[in-house]
Amino acid sequence: MTVPSLSIPQPADDLATPPLTLRQLGWLRFRRHKMALFGGVLLILLLVFSFGGAFVYTEKYANFNDTSRRLQAPSAEHPFGTDPIGRDILARTIYGGQISLFIGFVAVLIETVLGILVGALAGYYGGALDAILMRFTEALLIIPTIFLLLVMAKFFAGNIPEIHIGGRTFSGSVIVIIVIIGATSWMYLARIVRAEFLSLKESEFILAARATGTSNSEIIFFHILPNTFAPVIVSSTLSVANAILAEAYISFLGLGVQQPTATWGICWIPR
Amino acid sequence: MFQYILKRLLQGIPLLLIVSLTLFLLMMKVGDPIATMGGRSVTRPADRERLTRQLGLDKPLLVQYLYWLIGNDWTQVDSDGDGVPDKNGNRLGILRGDFGTSLVTKRPVTELIGERIPNTLILMVASEVVTVAFALILGIYSALRQYSTLDNILTALLFIGYSMPIFFVSLMSMYIFAVLFKQWGLPYLPTVGMFDPQVGKTFSQVLWHMVLPVMSLSVIYFAGYSRYIRSTMLEVMNQDYVRTAKSKGLPRRQVVYIHALKNASLPIVTLVGLDLPFLLGGAVVTERIFAWPGMGRLFLDHLSRADVSVVMGIMMMVAVAVVVFQIITDVFYAWLDPRIRYD
Repeated sequence: MTVPSLSIPQPADDLATPPLTLRQLGWLRFRRHKMALFGGVLLILLLVFSFGGAFVYTEKYANFNDTSRRLQAPSAEHPFGTDPIGRDILARTIYGGQISLFIGFVAVLIETVLGILVGALAGYYGGALDAILMRFTEALLIIPTIFLLLVMAKFFAGNIPEIHIGGRTFSGSVIVIIVIIGATSWMYLARIVRAEFLSLKESEFILAARATGTSNSEIIFFHILPNTFAPVIVSSTLSVANAILAEAYISFLGLGVQQPTATWGICWIPR
Repeated sequence: MFQYILKRLLQGIPLLLIVSLTLFLLMMKVGDPIATMGGRSVTRPADRERLTRQLGLDKPLLVQYLYWLIGNDWTQVDSDGDGVPDKNGNRLGILRGDFGTSLVTKRPVTELIGERIPNTLILMVASEVVTVAFALILGIYSALRQYSTLDNILTALLFIGYSMPIFFVSLMSMYIFAVLFKQWGLPYLPTVGMFDPQVGKTFSQVLWHMVLPVMSLSVIYFAGYSRYIRSTMLEVMNQDYVRTAKSKGLPRRQVVYIHALKNASLPIVTLVGLDLPFLLGGAVVTERIFAWPGMGRLFLDHLSRADVSVVMGIMMMVAVAVVVFQIITDVFYAWLDPRIRYD
């Protein structure tokens, strides 16, 4: 079947430039925002530092200690100097960065999943479920986070096996820390998501979805959830930094990641 | 208003019960309190069994929680540890004001906490006052001269302060103001403790020892407050009534401090009010670094030895304070802004 080429006459300027795709639009806006660009470049530099640095120093070298060269000032051989038991600090910063960034991102992933689940269930179903979940959320919110973190770190401390991923050995405490940071930080996110759900579930498009017989889970995850992404992304981004800091605090107090696995927090322990 | 406060207080009760139960169940697994009791020597199995019975640690978790909550003077407990309950317990439970006895020091928890609270409060209230005072000056300045060079420089500096972990600030300030100053022959600041044991706990000693911890704490919290004050001031300065005040020729000072700041102080009061109870917990990390004998260190020391009653006592006190301060803040808010009604 052939379509006649002289169909509907198009206005000429409409075709002058092809419409931008969503990705191009996003990139344009991102490029125009100086702070966003600066932050993005910084993040890439950090990733290059801690993952690219692994090609310069081996992990064995990062954990290798030689007490004859302890507490040295920065030199050509050890650009960042050495720590109290004679490990190269630059190498430890590189490997510590890997773990710290890993902890930051995965802990926030857990936090986001928990926060969205609790917030979505409480906001969407309301009633008794909402009351129970929200009382629990508030209960966790009235204990200062650092206390909760320390108690949970102590709770899970004990015999933690070492884990092997990709031919490398980590202290199992990394996983424990990720879980407890995720488990103690989801409360704010849950409240944000719940508030969004409360207002969105009354809107017309949800009524339409319900009228066409869409299931509850589909409404929650495909109709309402995508509309709450903006505040969720903002909150999660800020949480990454908080998670890295939280790890540093509990490791500093000796209840976090165990030596010799390096993190940015552990690099501080004078030991 | 009275009804509102009563309602909020009643709502707080189940909340605190959930908190205490959650924390208690967590605390039960943080370690073995008997393991550290013998000091360096190993506890004999027979003694361990006796101690476990005497302390009631052999009871089911919920029973232990109940004893902690409402006491055990209504039931028979095993006081000599031979496996047979022989006389009534002597604990009154936290609901009747008995926080229990420390397993480590054998002293009442209220006494232990009572010793530490003033120390923590001195440190934290001082840093809160310093923080808020400087944040007010800086926040107002930045708001009045938005995007000026100084505003941009300050914003950048604050951001750096905000992103630093407190132990970095503390250790750096120790290095500069104690180590380097001593090398340079300048008067240097003390880095640990609350007073010089040779001089005693005098006012000037405590003040002198407070400088570094207060400074480190302020640097960290400063950024958040001053950004907040800056944004609220900016918002208020764009209001119609401020424009009216300006256009009728009031002096700038009066417009800023009377008209604008008074209205901007509302959210600031809320922020400070909600932060105040957390001061009780102290800054765990800061107290540890500066060896400040406050609540944070008490918490850490007793957590590491699984001393349930002390740790629970501290956390419950902070939790109660948070609940009470939330109510006070809300009431105060309504008093400041008559448009808000809670009935």
